Amino acid sequence: MLENYLPVLVFIALGLAFGLVPLFIGFVIAPHRPDSEKISPYECGFEPFEAARFKFDVRFYLVAILFIIFDLEVAFLFPWAVVLRDIPVLGIWAMVIFGLLLAIGFIYEWRKGALEWE
Amino acid sequence: MITEQLFTLAWILVKILAILLPLVVVIAYTTFFERKVIGYMQVRIGPNRVGPRGFLQPWADVFKLLLKEIIVPSASNRFLFLLAPILALAPALAAWAVIPFDQQLVLANVNAGLLFLLAMTSLGVYGIVIAGWASNSKYAFLGALRSSAQIISYEIAMGIALIGVLMAAGSLNLTEIVMAQSGNLLSWYWLPLFPLFVVYWIAGVAETNRLPFDLAEGESEIVAGFHVEYAGGAFALFFLAEYANMILISVLTALLFFGGWLSPFQGIPVLEEAFAWVPGIAWLLLKSACFMFMYLWLRATFPRYRYDQVMRLGWKVFIPLTTFWIILVAVAVRLGVGPWF
Repeated sequence: MLENYLPVLVFIALGLAFGLVPLFIGFVIAPHRPDSEKISPYECGFEPFEAARFKFDVRFYLVAILFIIFDLEVAFLFPWAVVLRDIPVLGIWAMVIFGLLLAIGFIYEWRKGALEWE
Repeated sequence: MITEQLFTLAWILVKILAILLPLVVVIAYTTFFERKVIGYMQVRIGPNRVGPRGFLQPWADVFKLLLKEIIVPSASNRFLFLLAPILALAPALAAWAVIPFDQQLVLANVNAGLLFLLAMTSLGVYGIVIAGWASNSKYAFLGALRSSAQIISYEIAMGIALIGVLMAAGSLNLTEIVMAQSGNLLSWYWLPLFPLFVVYWIAGVAETNRLPFDLAEGESEIVAGFHVEYAGGAFALFFLAEYANMILISVLTALLFFGGWLSPFQGIPVLEEAFAWVPGIAWLLLKSACFMFMYLWLRATFPRYRYDQVMRLGWKVFIPLTTFWIILVAVAVRLGVGPWF
């Protein structure tokens, strides 16, 4: 059973190695003549006004937190969906309750405006 | 014993290269056809100078990109800056390990195929986040933020759409999912799961940061977004990753909703025999090519979305819609409604 996964592992390793090739060629064959203007951070031809590590909108952070909750839901639903034909009624009701809890949370965050970007 | 294992490993490597090398050629020619198709849609000719009718243009692009200087900005975090493109590309390629091209033609026929695909497509976001942060440039940072928030938002809708497919097929194995659709044109999942198919396809376009959802790299807003500081071979890696993901989404849509390698003439008396000689992989590639063309068509047709519109579509339309539809599908599966479930 597990030997089916060996090609997957080899493929991941080869994918990583494949990414090294253009970088290797770029550093070995391609010219390398940096100067202070060329390697300064790009900002439409201006001198950078301030550091690039600035404050950003908290909503990006909020989206990431909401994502974790909903992605977990998807991860829980995956195996449940596969065996949906065979599970007893108790399994259905467990998922209904789980889904309702999430739905209440989703409606709450919607009403609170966590999904507004205007 | 050792030689036997080495032989197995070498055979696996040969099979992987048999997927990888055609994939890279397809990616190269996708960029060419993109420029040609969009050119004709805008009443231009597109590239036509390198080789007959411009057919050698992708190779010229490849050599130009590889032979350009790789610029590493002075303010960047050097190690992460060079690691990011590799992290973006590796999952985009590794996802191909579980794709079945025909009933027997699959590198790794694993039971958790769809779960592996979901994991690999999720990992791509790390390359983008690290690239934007390590560049230490404002445009790159903003682009990475926008891009990652957009990708994770659409991933939820995508995941819920996949749950509908899982319920209908009752398996995570991609080969079994395709086989569960056999019958005829109308037994493919696009019909019973139509809203999920539409959401999956649109979310796939948004996941790959393509127009009209390309505001993470909108040229007129934030220049090129997360890869603004990349040049030469490092930029080529991001480019490869984006196109490998586009082709992956097209193939997946064909596999999950359009019967993969199954012939569209299945179950039709005369036509089925007339087209029996066509190998399954040809149907899969043909269906995928249609979706690749849709990518280009979308790009040539629609203007770019605004950021709040993108987020509203993802959270307030797609998530409720897909949730509603998988509840319907779950009820249908439990009651055994219709010919599909």
